[in-house]
Amino acid sequence: MSEAVEEAKPAPAKKEEEAAREFLVSSAPHLAATTTTRRIMFEVVFAMAPLFLVAIYMYRVSAVVLVVCTVAGCLLSEAVANRIRGRSQSSLGDGSAVVTGVILAFSLPPSLHPYMAFLGGVVAIALAKAVFGGLGQNLFNPAMVGRAFLMICFPAAMVTWTLTAPMREAGVDAVSMATPLYAAAKNLGLPALSDLFLGNVGGCVGETSTLAALIGGLWLVFRRVADWRPVVGVLGSAAIFAAIAHLINPGEYEGPLFHLTSGALMFGAFFIATDYVGAPLSPIGRLLFGAGVGLLVMLIRLFGAYPEGFMFAILIMNSLTPLIDRWTVPKPFGGHVAA
Amino acid sequence: MAKEVSNLEQFKDGVLGNNPVLVQLLGMCPTLAVTNSLENALVMGMAATFVVVMSNLITSTLRNLIKPHVRILIFTLTIATFVTIADLTLKAYIFEVSKKLGAFVPLIIVNCMIICRAEVVAIKKGVAKSLADAFGIGIGFTLALSILGVVREILGSGTLMNRQVLPDAFLDGHTWVIMVLPPGAFLTLGVVVGVVNHVRARGAKGGAA
Repeated sequence: MSEAVEEAKPAPAKKEEEAAREFLVSSAPHLAATTTTRRIMFEVVFAMAPLFLVAIYMYRVSAVVLVVCTVAGCLLSEAVANRIRGRSQSSLGDGSAVVTGVILAFSLPPSLHPYMAFLGGVVAIALAKAVFGGLGQNLFNPAMVGRAFLMICFPAAMVTWTLTAPMREAGVDAVSMATPLYAAAKNLGLPALSDLFLGNVGGCVGETSTLAALIGGLWLVFRRVADWRPVVGVLGSAAIFAAIAHLINPGEYEGPLFHLTSGALMFGAFFIATDYVGAPLSPIGRLLFGAGVGLLVMLIRLFGAYPEGFMFAILIMNSLTPLIDRWTVPKPFGGHVAA
Repeated sequence: MAKEVSNLEQFKDGVLGNNPVLVQLLGMCPTLAVTNSLENALVMGMAATFVVVMSNLITSTLRNLIKPHVRILIFTLTIATFVTIADLTLKAYIFEVSKKLGAFVPLIIVNCMIICRAEVVAIKKGVAKSLADAFGIGIGFTLALSILGVVREILGSGTLMNRQVLPDAFLDGHTWVIMVLPPGAFLTLGVVVGVVNHVRARGAKGGAA
């Protein structure tokens, strides 16, 4: 009390001092986390490193060429889109286009012409992201749109699978081969589960190795870059539906372990289904989103014309995202206000 | 419609400023369905032009006799008559193309672009202006279809007017199959309309300044 009175006395000097002091007025949050788009994206790229290493081991230089081509396509169309819209080129550096490019490249067959991969990258960013307004505005997963475009554009080239390098060195004679899922659909001989788990089977560049996808994916979940809910949703529902089908007709349908380790499922669950933009906002919604993806993947694999359906499953669930968001509006703190 | 526009302006408006496909987004069904080659696009454009010209001519000539409450009926009958003529003519002289166009020639009857011109112009204006308008709209329609046809045929089949324009070595013989399929029509139309909007927005800014 007395101090306050004393301080109040030398008023003129105090005023000047206060004026000199800076007052920073800002709204919450006052503590900013260091999480930026750039950091998240490079964390994702880092988590995809094991997959990339396996891809290089399996497909040698063609894996590198495909990744370089798709990333170049993505960056180029991002730059052109920025230019047309009169925006700064800063979005090139945030890594989102790079992530799209790498995911796209990993989902392509290794023998694809580099030109086609480049085109896929251009389409992914231009038609799926830029026209909707750039990062965070897209309705559909850009990498999957790019892949869908290539799938319809070059149906033959997109299903031409080559042997992995270790197989070739082991002296396998065939020049092309069926993927495990194709073999399962046509009742051909299946590879061993251990080969599926490690990735020494025919398939897309970065999707064959379950182990590498698990390492990178669990790291992302551990770092909280990726939410665990879509992952659990996808893998859980796919496993459940595979198990049901297997129990009903074990001769016709493979068991859940085969389905979890083959195709794009493991890679997609960790790296594609966890994309922030196309997924619902609420936690329960993201779980539902993942479960829907898993169900659709299994439906397409077991009954569809395509042996693998992860791309279509993601795109279909992307289109259902607004609906899921509407169903799962979280309860506000203190309960709903009576309207 | 503050001041009367000249016939030439009415014509130009139909081709550019109010292009039925690229600006008004009318007549989407043939636009998306038959533009997988330039030949189809041109034939469809010409058939539609013929129908819109004749329908505007007849409607405009009879405009003082048509009672307002039966006008839609008259429009439809007039259009249907000329669509039948166009359809039978195509079948008689270029049967192959007519087979490719399939149901889309008879479907010109329900092309809203044509009934729109009858309602907006022909029922109100004189014969000369209605004809200028019909030619403008028809040529604008043909132009838009041709743009889509050129893009889709070159990328989708590597040909133009059924003559090969892209060398076989291009993409090791893989053309963009998607361009021949319906998704290609949507993608091309979306991109073309986007470009047109961009140019128009720029023109409007330049004009105002």
